[in-house]
Amino acid sequence: MFDYAPAPEAKLASFQKSYGHFIGGKFTKAANLYPTINPASEEVLAQISHGTAKDVDLAVKAARSSYEKVWSKLSGAERGKYLYRIARIMQERARELAVAETLNNGKPIKETRDFDVPTAVSWFFYYAGWADKLDHAGLGHNPQALGVAAQVVPWNFPLMMLAWKIAPALAAGNTIVLKPSETTPLSALLFAEICQQAELPEGVVNIVTGFGDTGAALVGHKDVNKVAFTGSTEVGKIIAKQVAGSNKKVTLELGGKAANIVFDDAPIDQAIEGVINGIFFNQGHVCCAGSRLLIQESIHDEFIKKLKRRMNTLRLGDPMDKNTDVGAINSADQLAKIKKLVKKGVSEGGELWQPECKIPRNGFWFAPAIVDNVSPANTVAREEIFGPVLSVITFRTPAEAVTKANNTEYGLSAGIWTEKGSKMLKLADQLNAGVIWSNTFNQFDPTSPFGGFKESGYGREGGRQGLLSYLKAGK
Amino acid sequence: MQAEEIVGSRLTNQSLSRWLHSLPGVDKVGLEARAASLATRSIKTTSKVWGLDMAIKMMDLTTLEGMDTPQRVRSLCQKAMTPDMDDPECPTPAAICVYGDMVPHAKAALGKSKIYVAAVATAFPSGRASMKVKLQDTKDAVAFGADEIDMVIDRGAFLSGNYLEVFKQIQAVKQACQRPKGKPAHLKVILETGELQTYDNIRRASYLAMLAGADFIKTSTGKVTVNATLPITLLMLEAVRDWFDQTGELIGVKPAGGIRTAKDALKYLVVVKETAGERWLTPELFRFGASSLLNDVLMQRKKLLTKTYLGPDYVSVD
Repeated sequence: MFDYAPAPEAKLASFQKSYGHFIGGKFTKAANLYPTINPASEEVLAQISHGTAKDVDLAVKAARSSYEKVWSKLSGAERGKYLYRIARIMQERARELAVAETLNNGKPIKETRDFDVPTAVSWFFYYAGWADKLDHAGLGHNPQALGVAAQVVPWNFPLMMLAWKIAPALAAGNTIVLKPSETTPLSALLFAEICQQAELPEGVVNIVTGFGDTGAALVGHKDVNKVAFTGSTEVGKIIAKQVAGSNKKVTLELGGKAANIVFDDAPIDQAIEGVINGIFFNQGHVCCAGSRLLIQESIHDEFIKKLKRRMNTLRLGDPMDKNTDVGAINSADQLAKIKKLVKKGVSEGGELWQPECKIPRNGFWFAPAIVDNVSPANTVAREEIFGPVLSVITFRTPAEAVTKANNTEYGLSAGIWTEKGSKMLKLADQLNAGVIWSNTFNQFDPTSPFGGFKESGYGREGGRQGLLSYLKAGK
Repeated sequence: MQAEEIVGSRLTNQSLSRWLHSLPGVDKVGLEARAASLATRSIKTTSKVWGLDMAIKMMDLTTLEGMDTPQRVRSLCQKAMTPDMDDPECPTPAAICVYGDMVPHAKAALGKSKIYVAAVATAFPSGRASMKVKLQDTKDAVAFGADEIDMVIDRGAFLSGNYLEVFKQIQAVKQACQRPKGKPAHLKVILETGELQTYDNIRRASYLAMLAGADFIKTSTGKVTVNATLPITLLMLEAVRDWFDQTGELIGVKPAGGIRTAKDALKYLVVVKETAGERWLTPELFRFGASSLLNDVLMQRKKLLTKTYLGPDYVSVD
């Protein structure tokens, strides 16, 4: 029959055997090495330096020095030119970046190629335009940069999160020390090469690789003015405590447990696609994933039947294959966490269903899953799983949908599926979530602010609002 | 199943209208995004060979011009019987699609080959004629031996909300497809999606045609500005898939007009596979209405088999 033959993307990215940190425009000598792997094959891709407090200190000093001597003296228009240049080089090297990201992260090449890299690039283009227009950011005439920004980014969208952090910070006139996740440092190190290629002044962007202790040293460094973190709520709370009482400005973009609410008057076929995209995009490693399906009880059976049929067509496997829909789980640790939470959810009464699919022998994999008959007290209805697992909860009336949707410690995103505009608008007003999508899900645009309520964090990224995290009012 | 059983009441324009308007709405942005995402599937090597051969087998090789002549139709039939003169293994199209008066010429030219003759009828393409004329048009083609009838719906009646009229016309044409002896002609119902314009209308018209007894639902005549598109075909495949769930009846889908390249044809096959499922990947349930698609598919097929791209002069014009 019509089975798709393998269609692997060419391995257009090559890595060095080992990498040092990127400090003051140069790579340091690799030291204190640990391996970074391809989670789809467990093959080692490169050796990475585990940054120490001393490395962090050198990086912050380099950032401070370039802030004072170079970057803060440039006009906005000049800074903008560098951002445009970076964006254009990223476009030129787009396929290479996509391949590198897929190899190191495990997500499908169609996502890195069609989403991660283009979105990252769009952030640089967008904020490049802001660099000489900061008077219009809303802080009055001639707003000022904060200074040195410490940025810690996660492993789920390594390059895109880097772009969300670096582009507005540079446009606003800050210099940067960024720490990528320990499991996905390679795209950030390629980005360091792009900074060299763009002839960005030395020390404006510094990248220190490493683990949690490296991040803690960076966030706690006394000479950083701004801390921006995207990651788990658990680590976010540690960071909030660590910087409390200091003058550091903080932005935290943390976890979520979004409700994707489907009414009986929804465009059903598109809602199925939206629910699939909401939870299985990037293996569900998405802070704003629609991980709770709130489905109106009257259409539950029919909808779940259709959803299962659609899940049977999801193609799990080699992330480098252009036809793969669901790639590898990013790490053994994350896989163990997903398995543990799902087991708990089932023991608490949830009904697990997964389509039959061939799981590759090596690497970390979890077949797309739905857990039906979930009560609001079930673990899988409350805890962020950060994996391809959809919890199904029913509701009877719009009011009950709102109550159940808001009954979470998080408040990052939500989805509303109905063809009735008045109902959609009313509900959007009542949901406690930073981002609300209607009849669509997981849409991102550099012009639109993104961020959460409650334990999903504070501060906004993207749009004019995203600039405010890196600026203070002028004198 | 009987139409009344499906609609759940006696058939009146009111009950039909209520039933059609109770179908789930279509979100335009979401539908088009899904079609675009399926269009990025990468079809290579063995699956490409399979897909190209299937595209040929699913083709209704078409000529529907005022300037059609018996000689033109005969030459098209010859092309259908030997698409690739160098390769006797090359599959042949499902059917030749012509105007009703050309059916005898096509039948004669095709002889004992297994290629069907499809005739457009019911005052194609506009459908603007009396019911008497439409039925006679159909009966003539059936009497000439047409294996399949491609009728057009009355878009005017549909857009004015007169669903019962559209239903009755389809039923009457279906009746006219019967033969005193032998198999009735297969009925394809052309919705002319380019004139229905909204996706909600297209879904409703699909259900109306299936309810009235269509064997196939077909997108277009090929004579208006917008003909077959990937999202429209996806939507119609959802309709036949859901209809099968509800009634157990298998209805076919035929996109027609504007599909010109092998690459496009493969995209449609991906949409068939991932929407209605593999069961629909057969000429019995999916057709391409096309006049110029065949040669592009033949060139791509030759290229895959011989590893050389030979160019348009190495395949016969029809």
